[in-house]
Amino acid sequence: MKFTRDWLFDHLATDRPLDEILDILPMLGLEVECYTDRSAALTSFTIAEVISAKQHPNANKLRVCMVNTGSGDPVQVVCGAPNARAGMKGVFAPAGAYVPGIDLKLKSGKIRGEASNGMLCSEREMELSDEHDGIIDLPSDAPVGAAFAPYAGLDDPIIEIAITPNRADCLSVRGVARDLAAAGYGSLKEVDFSPHDGAFDSPITWNIDADARAFCPRISGCAFRGLRNGTSPAWMAQRLTAIGQRPISALVDITNYVMIDLGRPLHAYDINKITGDSLTIRAAGDGEMMTALNEKEYKLDAGMFIIADAHGADDLAGIMGGERTGVSETTTDMFLEVAIFDPISVATTARKLNINSDARHRFERGLDVTSPDWVQGHIARLVTSICGGEASYVTTAGEGAQWQREITLDADKVKRLTGMDVPAADQVAILESLGFNVAAGDGEWTVSPPPWRGDIDGAADLVEEIGRIHGYEHLPMDHLPREHVVAQPSLNPAQARQFRLRRALASRGLMEAVTFSFLSGPQAAAFGGGAANLTLVNPISADLSVMRPSILPNLMAAAARNQDRGEADVNLFEVGPVFLGDAPDDQRTACSGIRHGTTAIREWHGSQRKVDVFDAKADAEAALAALGVRTGGLKVSVGGADYLHPGRSGQLVQGRTVLASFGEIHPKILDDFGLRGVAVGFEMHLDDVPLPKAKGPARTLLTMSVFQPVTRDFAFIVDSETVAGDLLKAVRSGAGPLLSDSAVFDVYQGENIEAGKKSVAVTITLSPSKATLTDDEIDQISNSVIKLAETNCGAVLRS
Amino acid sequence: MTEIGTMQDLEALAAEIATAIESVSSLEALEAIRIDLLGKKGRVSLMMRELGGMDPEARKQAGQELNRLKDRIATAIELRQTLLGDAALNDRLAAEAVDVTLPSRPHTEARLHPLSRTIEEVVAIFAEMGFTVAEGPDIESDYYNFTALNIPEEHPARQEHDTFYLPPDAEGKRKVLRTHTSPVQVRTMEATEPPVRIIVPGRTYRSDHDATHSPMFHQCEGLVIADGIHMGHLNGCLIDFCRAFFGVDGLPVRFRPSYFPFTEPSAEVDIGCTRDGGGLKIGAGDDWLEILGSGMVNPRVLANCGYDPEKYQGFAFGMGIERIAMLKYGIPDLRTFYDSDLRWMRHYGFLPFDAPSVHAGLVGGSS
Repeated sequence: MKFTRDWLFDHLATDRPLDEILDILPMLGLEVECYTDRSAALTSFTIAEVISAKQHPNANKLRVCMVNTGSGDPVQVVCGAPNARAGMKGVFAPAGAYVPGIDLKLKSGKIRGEASNGMLCSEREMELSDEHDGIIDLPSDAPVGAAFAPYAGLDDPIIEIAITPNRADCLSVRGVARDLAAAGYGSLKEVDFSPHDGAFDSPITWNIDADARAFCPRISGCAFRGLRNGTSPAWMAQRLTAIGQRPISALVDITNYVMIDLGRPLHAYDINKITGDSLTIRAAGDGEMMTALNEKEYKLDAGMFIIADAHGADDLAGIMGGERTGVSETTTDMFLEVAIFDPISVATTARKLNINSDARHRFERGLDVTSPDWVQGHIARLVTSICGGEASYVTTAGEGAQWQREITLDADKVKRLTGMDVPAADQVAILESLGFNVAAGDGEWTVSPPPWRGDIDGAADLVEEIGRIHGYEHLPMDHLPREHVVAQPSLNPAQARQFRLRRALASRGLMEAVTFSFLSGPQAAAFGGGAANLTLVNPISADLSVMRPSILPNLMAAAARNQDRGEADVNLFEVGPVFLGDAPDDQRTACSGIRHGTTAIREWHGSQRKVDVFDAKADAEAALAALGVRTGGLKVSVGGADYLHPGRSGQLVQGRTVLASFGEIHPKILDDFGLRGVAVGFEMHLDDVPLPKAKGPARTLLTMSVFQPVTRDFAFIVDSETVAGDLLKAVRSGAGPLLSDSAVFDVYQGENIEAGKKSVAVTITLSPSKATLTDDEIDQISNSVIKLAETNCGAVLRS
Repeated sequence: MTEIGTMQDLEALAAEIATAIESVSSLEALEAIRIDLLGKKGRVSLMMRELGGMDPEARKQAGQELNRLKDRIATAIELRQTLLGDAALNDRLAAEAVDVTLPSRPHTEARLHPLSRTIEEVVAIFAEMGFTVAEGPDIESDYYNFTALNIPEEHPARQEHDTFYLPPDAEGKRKVLRTHTSPVQVRTMEATEPPVRIIVPGRTYRSDHDATHSPMFHQCEGLVIADGIHMGHLNGCLIDFCRAFFGVDGLPVRFRPSYFPFTEPSAEVDIGCTRDGGGLKIGAGDDWLEILGSGMVNPRVLANCGYDPEKYQGFAFGMGIERIAMLKYGIPDLRTFYDSDLRWMRHYGFLPFDAPSVHAGLVGGSS
């Protein structure tokens, strides 16, 4: 919503300086988005007359002009404008002036040998428009020597405010003035809204179809004849220009002006273009076509309402008028429509047709529903004072919209809801100054909102009106009451362990990433996603169109971006949502990590090596440990998802639940993402990882044995296909209850080992608790280990 | 058979031995001396053996002399042993010297994202004020995202949400990506009885993508429903939050009337700042910066959630996590949050164990 200072002062009588008004507007809920004083940069620009314009002796495209600035001797100016000529009036900037459009402070000097002491300016040079075909050519009656900005109406600063959707009443200068007056920043000026004297009966009447009565509860019309539709008066044209509306013709400008001035969209028909003697508000026919004022043709459907003459539809009611019956420069007889339409219907139609107009903006937010019955007189006087002619009696249709309602406000409500003490008399005064009617009762008021405040819904809205005008700076600062002296945890165990998880992974060298929840269709498909019900209807782009089934593809894309920026090693993780379906339960919190390249930079300790599947396995185990899982008890199953290397992937399994999968990324997938070299990754759904059982803070009692632990090493020969996990399991079982630790310390295939076999060396630690182990006891356990390894895995002790 | 010599002889022997011990330069040579003197067939040992053939008087005196000699030798050898041991160790250590100016082994610690750090700070502060963290789905029904929050179909406020849509489900109900964290207000009120005191940090989505808008971003919702909670508590709660979060005592905070369909009255909240010299500084100044939206829960929302609006009231607020993170930590560009650029993460990320807490501080150190 844009307007100018003087326009506001048409409605607000105030002695407050503009600064104070600009400061209070946001505190009323009317956020000032922009304030522009176009004259500030133009104070030294004056109106001047070109006395002579001669060809520059040394330059074809330049002229040497003598300029009468209205004071002192004529000034010589070298000018490149093709339209510079003797006798014209223009805008002169003297030496020393700053010219905003070219960001230059003018200096006296010589241009190609001729003295130049200032500049004749184009509109662009003054930042008034992009016009730069020539210098400004002012009318011959422009006063030489006068300051240019006030002459051109540029000394009226422009104010732009953001209007929230509830404040339809402030989509008008008068509405803004009313709020300021209520806040004590002046008084609302009277405007003559009395009916005019009709000179004749309107030749056009309204007809509302039975099924359009809910859509159009009230409409009025006024006919004019004998009009001269020339250009608008300067004051009106200047104000419209200031707010960015191009003046078109007096009649069109008047409709635009009243829309901004009073928030009242109007539509003007050329009576001579209307077929028949009535206009009908009706539902559109399915497939009915209409060309609107924007010269676009629209295909309508039966759910839309239009206004039609005998020829057909020619007004998208509340959205945009039709081209066929609109006013033009030759219009002499006009019919002016002031209507109330159903906001939801207007919004629905406009959305379907994809039309955004100032009229739609106001209709869908709600108008003063009584306006068809009070605004015609004001408009009739405005039209006839500018265009001459005479106005008809007003013709109306519709029963009128129901708008009167009573809201009970108890005297304590403001205090209860806001904590502010606002004296009862002040509450009443605020409501009344905003146009509400307040009837006193017993400890409560009966409040009737004015017809322009359709947003007022209940007592809470009245509290807001009183609160915002009284001022939120009066809100008390009450700390929230503490229910516990020592604060309780705000995170439940599942939430708290996510923070632990992040710390654990970052401490292992994985950078925490946050990537989008959506990705491209093909990427989703490669990771098991891409279902239709998870594909956005209106994505920003194809790359961001499907809800992600996994975090891994996003991390791979991120790794590829980093690789292309020259990062050799990329280690990333993310904790966030993945989507297996569109129901709330289908959303899982996942954790994924990838490592790409090598484990370290090339450095003299020689720690650098290529990442491998065991890095991903270690990450997955560390993640599970941070989540509270005892990873020693997990089973490792071989293989995994299609996007992983079939021979270098696995899953960490607890009972029957897969807690995490890990592996080397499949080379084909690497190719798809443009990743060179090796990448490994892991993924888990935190929802699948059971929370540790709550057992209270006390640990089980630790008994530390005083007896020396014993280690024994075994080198087994097994078939190549036998997996180490099975062998370890057998060894552990064989070692029995004294086993405290076990590890594989060597795997070997090659010389001295039969083809198809491998050597796996295992170490065990036995920790006796009752007595030092005797050689016999150790031998017994060793034999048990060897026997079980043989029975379960076909292992033979290497001789 | 040797004879035990006179006292003078023993003194001379002692002096000779002391010189020999002091002049040896290796532990092996020292051991040879020890064997030569004190070994089974050592010179002193043999002398001891001769004591047996003496008369008692002479034996007593000679025994004492010999024992003194033996002790002196043992002490001298031990002393020499220590000195030689130290010298040998010193030689070894000198030989073991390395160039400690060489770089250490590469460390592998990475960084946490500013978003998770900021969320953790927000959680820490609201935990102090008795809030718990609630969650809800990112894919929402039209009802939870809009209708229940008093934003009916075709309401102009819906146009401002730039909603992402998913295809309708089997019942023809349209799904959306939640445009704000406010649906969790509704889900929480439906599931629990008052009092309610929750915050909801989470992902939100709007179909807008330019320098200052991202199609995905994060919000943190807050909701308090309890007896006697009014807008003054909202004021206090948010002032307390802002001052703790930005670490600025007396940070000016102002409430500006605004409109949200789900609150009434509604207010936007600004904090004080200065923009002198091109940089932005949070704190007392001549300018204001909008950081969140808030208000008293609209009675229609309470009723939609099954709370009696005559009986219960409370407040709600919502803030953009990226926005407050950018303001606090001076991160200039919203889009960089989601790019996973390692250079950005090293610079703007946080050390993993630099956890924010009320006791240790809420302002993260620079990495």
